[in-house]
Amino acid sequence: MHELSIAISIVELAQEEAEQRGVQLEAVHLKLGALSGVVKEALLSCYQMACENTPLEGSRLVIEDVPVVIFCPSCQAQRSPSSVQLFCCSECHTPASEVVHGKELEVVALEIKECAPNLV
Amino acid sequence: MCPEPRLIEVRKNVLKQNDVVARALRDRFRAAGVFVVSLVSSPGSGKTAFLEKTLTQLRPNYRVAALVGDLATENDALRLARSQAPVKQITTGTLCHLEAAMVQSALEEWDLNQLDFLFIENVGNLVCPSSYDLGEDVRLVLISVTEGEDKPLKYPTIFNSADVAIVTKVDLAAAVEFSWETAYNNIQAVRPGMPVFRLSAKTGEGIGEYFGFLAARLRESRQLAAV
Repeated sequence: MHELSIAISIVELAQEEAEQRGVQLEAVHLKLGALSGVVKEALLSCYQMACENTPLEGSRLVIEDVPVVIFCPSCQAQRSPSSVQLFCCSECHTPASEVVHGKELEVVALEIKECAPNLV
Repeated sequence: MCPEPRLIEVRKNVLKQNDVVARALRDRFRAAGVFVVSLVSSPGSGKTAFLEKTLTQLRPNYRVAALVGDLATENDALRLARSQAPVKQITTGTLCHLEAAMVQSALEEWDLNQLDFLFIENVGNLVCPSSYDLGEDVRLVLISVTEGEDKPLKYPTIFNSADVAIVTKVDLAAAVEFSWETAYNNIQAVRPGMPVFRLSAKTGEGIGEYFGFLAARLRESRQLAAV
């Protein structure tokens, strides 16, 4: 159960970025790989805890799941594995251990609270 | 009114801080010529017995040391001290895994130039340690025959983050009707091509091949550093 320390890192990171830009946050968008070792549901509830008594209190964590993508040495292309328990190319069944996507644990965007002034 | 939420792109790795420290550690290890091996497994898989055997048997030929992580107690460090190798306990409190910064501060007073191998035993846990790079050269994942052959399928993430699998307590294999073939196939399913060693820290069976592997990797890494 390391989701709380991950959630605290997310809040710190987002807060730092928000302060630098002088904005308040409505939501934090995160990419979460299937091989990140982090459980989505646990992270979501830990996020609320981590936000308490910070400027991010009341903000949302929006998680985009990233499925595992491997590089198949036979197809010479990116493919999905048969499952996380079977790292074989789902097309040609060649074993493939090179992970291209699925380890992501990345804050990708911040959603800002106030409306942007119309700059046009 | 805003028709669309205003988004700003950030793209920051959440564990960046850990990764930065891990990278610094890796550079330091490389500069000192020490080969670093970390161990992950579930509690009770025999990590400490395995490490004790490793330290005791490597010590006549190599300069070895270990860091051991646990939530509480110094028991493992005391046990490993019998090997007469330098050993330091990292107690994590309630934290379920080691982080690079803990390794860094535990190593503060150590002269890494005096070492050939450094072993880092993680907290017994097959989930959380997978996310944290400790700057190690090789990560070993241990499973004991008493845990059953399907551990790799139940915990694919940690097997995927490791480089080598070690099947321990093989002296008990017959008693628990452990199928080596099934376990091996399961490991290869979650991590194709992963080297697997089977051994018993108690009887010494299979330990020679694993030592051979460590010695070869140490040589390789020093050759690479010399280039």
